[in-house]
Amino acid sequence: MDYFLELFLGGLTRGSIYALIALGYTMVYGIIELINFAHGEIYMIGAFTALIAASVLNIMGFGPVTILILAMVLAIVYSCAYGVTMEKIAYKPLRHSTRLAPLISAIGMSIFFQNYVLLAQTSDFLPFPSLLPELEILEPYAYIIRSSEVFIILTTFGVMVLLTLLIKFTRIGKAMRATAQDRTMAMLVGVDVNRVISMTFIIGSSMAAIGGVLIASHIGQINFYIGFIAGIKAFTAAVLGGIGSIPGAVLGSLVLGWTESFATGYISSDYEDVFAFGFLVLILIFRPAGLLGKATTQKV
Amino acid sequence: MARFKNAQSLKKGFVLTVAAVAFVALVVLPATSFAAKDAKAGPLKIGVGGAHSGDLASYGLPTVKAVELVVKAKNDAGGINGRMIELLTQDDACKPEMAVNAASKLVTDGAEAIIGHICSGATNAALGIYKDAKLVVISPSATNTDLTHSGNNPNFFRTIGSDYAQAKSIVDFSLKNLNAKNIAVIHDKGDYGKGLAELAKSLLEATPGVAVALFEGVTPGAVDYSAVVQKIKQSKADAVIFGGYHPEASKIVTQMRRRGMKIPFISDDGVKDDTFIKVAGKYAEGVYATGPKDTSKNPLTIKAIADHKRVYGEDPGAFFINAYAAAQALVNAIEKAGSTDFDKIVNALHNEPVETPLGNIKFDERGDAIGVGFSIYQVQNGVYVEME
Amino acid sequence: MWKFFSLDEIKKSLLMALWFIFLTFPIMVIRVNPIYNVVEWRWQNMALVGAGAFFLSFLWRYFLEYKNPAPSKPADDAAVSRSGRFSELLRSSGTRRLAIGAAVILALAFPYLFSSYQVNIMTTALIYVVLGLGLNIVVGLAGLLDLGYVAFYAVGAYSYALLNLHFGLSFWICLPIGAALAALFGILLGFPVLRLRGDYLAIVTLGFGEIIRLVLENWNDFSKGPSGIAGIPRPGIPGIEMSLNASSVFLYFLMIALALFTIMVVSRLRNSRIGRAWIALREDEIACQAMGVDKTKTKLTAFALGATWAGMGGVMFAAKTTFINPASFTFLESAIILSIVVLGGMGSIIGVIASAFILILLPEYLRAFSEYRMLIFGAVLVIMMVFRPQGLISNVRQTYRFKGLQENKEGD
Repeated sequence: MDYFLELFLGGLTRGSIYALIALGYTMVYGIIELINFAHGEIYMIGAFTALIAASVLNIMGFGPVTILILAMVLAIVYSCAYGVTMEKIAYKPLRHSTRLAPLISAIGMSIFFQNYVLLAQTSDFLPFPSLLPELEILEPYAYIIRSSEVFIILTTFGVMVLLTLLIKFTRIGKAMRATAQDRTMAMLVGVDVNRVISMTFIIGSSMAAIGGVLIASHIGQINFYIGFIAGIKAFTAAVLGGIGSIPGAVLGSLVLGWTESFATGYISSDYEDVFAFGFLVLILIFRPAGLLGKATTQKV
Repeated sequence: MARFKNAQSLKKGFVLTVAAVAFVALVVLPATSFAAKDAKAGPLKIGVGGAHSGDLASYGLPTVKAVELVVKAKNDAGGINGRMIELLTQDDACKPEMAVNAASKLVTDGAEAIIGHICSGATNAALGIYKDAKLVVISPSATNTDLTHSGNNPNFFRTIGSDYAQAKSIVDFSLKNLNAKNIAVIHDKGDYGKGLAELAKSLLEATPGVAVALFEGVTPGAVDYSAVVQKIKQSKADAVIFGGYHPEASKIVTQMRRRGMKIPFISDDGVKDDTFIKVAGKYAEGVYATGPKDTSKNPLTIKAIADHKRVYGEDPGAFFINAYAAAQALVNAIEKAGSTDFDKIVNALHNEPVETPLGNIKFDERGDAIGVGFSIYQVQNGVYVEME
Repeated sequence: MWKFFSLDEIKKSLLMALWFIFLTFPIMVIRVNPIYNVVEWRWQNMALVGAGAFFLSFLWRYFLEYKNPAPSKPADDAAVSRSGRFSELLRSSGTRRLAIGAAVILALAFPYLFSSYQVNIMTTALIYVVLGLGLNIVVGLAGLLDLGYVAFYAVGAYSYALLNLHFGLSFWICLPIGAALAALFGILLGFPVLRLRGDYLAIVTLGFGEIIRLVLENWNDFSKGPSGIAGIPRPGIPGIEMSLNASSVFLYFLMIALALFTIMVVSRLRNSRIGRAWIALREDEIACQAMGVDKTKTKLTAFALGATWAGMGGVMFAAKTTFINPASFTFLESAIILSIVVLGGMGSIIGVIASAFILILLPEYLRAFSEYRMLIFGAVLVIMMVFRPQGLISNVRQTYRFKGLQENKEGD
């Protein structure tokens, strides 16, 4: 039973990590129906910004709390700046073209960002300082769960709830829903669609940045490639949960995390990803729009 | 209409081409082959192939620098038998398909011997081209056992120990020094890590009274390895052998130690890296890793590193010493052979010892450098210390 | 274009430069080494970024303007005719025949004019032409977004490598077997995804590609795992010894033949009954079904026929490199093949050929800048999509005109 519980907790952490990135994917998709392949790269850039900020601040002699706050703020600011710039350069001019063009553009952006960081920084793994405080209450349970894991799990659920509230009850949320439903119509009734899309990218990128800082300080190392690996898994999770649905992204991520964890624990980690993708195919056969996605009937 | 005509003309073109191919293949081709390689004047061209771009560039670029240093020293001393040496470098980004292109580019550009390539897969792909072109290849870093042990590559030499030698020293150390009886073997599913783990597993299985508790691969880059760590715990292993590189190793060790698992962790050359100690921090203490025998006290090593610092202003990177030795061995062999004739160079590599930072080396009949092997290191107080 | 140097424009560019200086500041200017706790400040990069952004933003706006003329201008179809002119030229049969003739002569003479390295990379480019044309069936014609096309390429390559290793089968026997196995896998993938649309299809195909690669990586007894299979023989003609140089030229001609065969089949397929069904399916699935097109059969043939070419390309690839391992069949490879199709102009055969040559040969000739190769590749993808989303050569739909009806009948 202990073994089961430990695998369960491991899967929960893994799933929450995926969820932090998947939420950004699903947000952008929900509003403008674009698979933002470079979302993982925004997460990576957030983590790098935090690492650079933390190192510089550390040398300047700041305390750990200041470093955590400043690094987090800078990571968010820069991730948003990159997210918005990317939208303006690579996606906005393509709004009226075929569906595939923005996808290729996104793949191009993803390759570009990876190599940009690789060339400007380094190809080696860099140690990432553990910025998060260790919680004393958890000391006796250190063998099953760590403070950073608790932070990640709590943040994931907090972000999910906040986003749902934001979309349901605020003005910008209403504008987002309107844009998602029918962009032209929203424009006609006075919604500033450009602003809504920029906001979507800002929110998505901030989540990627928060995820970047939390996950990097949990794992303890980063390189230019982490965004791509995590991004693919987060994308899978978002689709599994029903892309465009916010609770779906979290549910899909958790299901994916548990699938991988239990497959490793009870079968073999050799085929961990095979199980993950196989499970995805299985779910989609029976629910073609994902776990919580709405099956849209096509109008004729 | 236009389309129909188009298909017609295409078809005509197709038939023509087939005819042409048949003609060319039967008549022209057998006559052409590589130009004879003798009677060459001008500079002696040495090719350097390896990963010079992409995420593995940090493994490939130090080799270029090492060869540059050796060649410069030789040229300053008047070249080989009066011929100046010129370097040709080609990037393969560690990919087999690019290695083939890089190799054929080097051959076309007139390289007469090769230092490289860096990754085993790329080296394996490129070797076919070099073999047909009758070029000697010395790799500073390709450790795949089959490259030398298969007997298919008479033109291949290396200045690094094979995976087999490394697996053997890991297993011997675990059994004799650590008295492990039930060992978990973990790898990163990669070319290097999995190959090594497979060899270690078969060596363990061949030893009576020793069991392999677990044999599993982890996905490199995955966000967490807690499930695998749980599994190691569950298997009641008394030691862990890991084949792979330091990013995965540090994640696994950290999670093991955090969960209170104190069993020894033995890994390979890919983990014997300062980044590992820095990333894993206090959890790195006590970890064992194999690495090339410590040659840092050899005066030639000290000189090579000092030269590197003087010319490039920084400490040398991975495989620098191996590449330095490879370049010296090649230059020496060409000099002793008195020409760039393939058989003569091969003969010289087998029989003419040369003084290098790795010691006084020559190559055995398979192509492995004699006397180049592995030692076991342990992390003690934040540094790797060579064990007796 | 004097108006681009007005005060207003300069101000815009200055702002852009400032924004990019801010944006790239942490990554480009600072470099930290947390291992030794060293921080390096590279101020010269800041000046570089500023100057670069300043000038590029002029170009960017100029070209964007060029692409979408401002509505205040008298509305003419300049943009349309511009993009149409080249395609128009291609369609006139005289120039077309001339171009094909020239291309055939160049292709035949190529190995005698250039070095064996050039022949080698040209062979690689031709493999990608075949791959691009194959994926074009699935993505361009049938409109099924496939992100795991490389799986079939792997199936082809491993069929040859394994059949040769275990049973000593020759290249000539393995070529059709590889193609058939790939087609079989195409159908295997096709079944579960029949009901999926758009992005769901994309992720499942991506997963399928990964599954194939992971199986090859993990199932050592079957595929020799990550260390790969070495010593795959190059194709030959029984009874003739060929030197390396000769066999690479032979492979080149073989690839030319295969590429021509592919072009012929694909161009005929496009105008066949099944080809028109694919296009109809791409445009509107429901209307298409209402017209009596069998959706299942049509989709499965698209997957199977697309995969067939990847299988043949894979056999060729294994024969060319003589060594394969799973690392050659990653998602990036699928992305490159997809980029070939989209950059070429979906559905356009000549476009796909042109973009395969550009995307594969460009990085080879950029060897001198090998570090920046992938950076440039990524940027090219974005820039192409922004300025020419319809691809190099936009596909011209078959139109039936009344006066051509008679001739058309003859054609069929």
